[in-house]
Amino acid sequence: MASDWDYIYAVARIRVLETRLLSDTDVSTMAGLKDAAAVVAYLKDKGWGDASTQGKDPEAMLAAEERKTWALMKELGVDFSVFDVLSFPNIYHNLKTGIKEICTSGNHPEAFYADDKYDRDEMLRILRDKDYAALPEHMRACAAPAYEAMLTGRDGQLCDVIVDRACLEAIEAAGQKSRYKVIRDYAESQVAVTDIKIAVRGAKTKKSLDFLMKAIAPCRAFDGRGLAQAAFQGEDTLMDYLTASGFAEAAEALKKSYSAFERWCDDRMIRSIKPQKYEIMSVGPLAAYVLARLNEIKTARIIITGKANHLPENEIRERTREMYV
Amino acid sequence: MSMGMVLALMGAVLSTALAGMGSAWGVGVAGRAAAGVVSEDPNQFAKVLILQLLPGTQGIYGLLVTFITLSQIGILGGAQVADTNTGLMYLLACLPIAIVGLFSAYHQGMVSVASIGIVAKKPDQFGKAMLFPAMVETYAILALLISILSITNIPR
Repeated sequence: MASDWDYIYAVARIRVLETRLLSDTDVSTMAGLKDAAAVVAYLKDKGWGDASTQGKDPEAMLAAEERKTWALMKELGVDFSVFDVLSFPNIYHNLKTGIKEICTSGNHPEAFYADDKYDRDEMLRILRDKDYAALPEHMRACAAPAYEAMLTGRDGQLCDVIVDRACLEAIEAAGQKSRYKVIRDYAESQVAVTDIKIAVRGAKTKKSLDFLMKAIAPCRAFDGRGLAQAAFQGEDTLMDYLTASGFAEAAEALKKSYSAFERWCDDRMIRSIKPQKYEIMSVGPLAAYVLARLNEIKTARIIITGKANHLPENEIRERTREMYV
Repeated sequence: MSMGMVLALMGAVLSTALAGMGSAWGVGVAGRAAAGVVSEDPNQFAKVLILQLLPGTQGIYGLLVTFITLSQIGILGGAQVADTNTGLMYLLACLPIAIVGLFSAYHQGMVSVASIGIVAKKPDQFGKAMLFPAMVETYAILALLISILSITNIPR
């Protein structure tokens, strides 16, 4: 395991790269541009994309930026177990998508996330062979029941609940195990906001208490059972519960709109990693840089999609995220 | 060789060894940070090189005290130390730069790494960035002065 001293070179390099991240001013400028093409041109001027994305749609450029970020982390020799909490949602998504593709005899390669180990081909092989031992340890227990739920009951929702809950538990466990505060905070924040999202959707669609109990994962930020019961009793009770649990800002954002809440979730995460700007030697600034890059790629995607769908500027601005720098 | 001579020589060796170890460590960590910055922005080479070199001065101070000591105890000049008390005085006189040099270079290296981070993000703030590690230098200079004053005033 690398010690904090081993990250001095990488952190100094990241400090230079942070100056090239998008700022709040850049985001505001992009939101004010006339169309998606102008936003893409603006990002290309900032060095986004590469030769392979020339002439392709904006999504190729955004995917290239994500690839560049991970390639940089590999080049810096970062211990990738640090990023487990970031990769879990993608591989659990691939598991869900793989189960559904097999059970419905579908063919949707575009629905899978690229992954070095658990990409579409490998996930489908594991599921077809029932070779669950090839999955990461934290994933094995949920794979068989999720597969059974879909195969025998054709219950896609139950399959999602089983896999999503296992994903949240894996994130929480990895966060608790991490010796880095930035990762612990990120894991706690991710589980908390995902639980709130499940509770809000559950309250809106009047899900049963049993369903909510199954879907909401244990969380350090609040009592999951209490959240499920509040969601079962309705949206007003849920808002009161969130306010009483120290999530008053989340409740306020939810009262405005769901997109305002989504924005609050991401802004909360960005604020929690900002102290990493003053660390001089640990993996924290590198993890913060990755989160900041993913956040700016997500924001760029929101603006490009908004412009492509002719959303009014103020609605796009409502959805844009706070930047790291 | 008398015990006094052994003690005096030990002082001369420690001032270079301990201060040099601190400087090697400080310059080493600052060098890693400097390399990180230059790999992304080669234009900052001169600025980060200065910051990297700052913790190197303690090693030079230690070397200076060693030379002065050797030139007084009959190795490079002067008369050999005959009695134990005089040798002990040389040893004690060398300790300020040896010990303060070791610890100040360590801490100056850490501050230099942080200052290189400032230059990485705001190259125009180099002047301010340099002041932080320079503050640590004060204590190495004070220790150097005390060591030199002590060595040159040992009664023979």
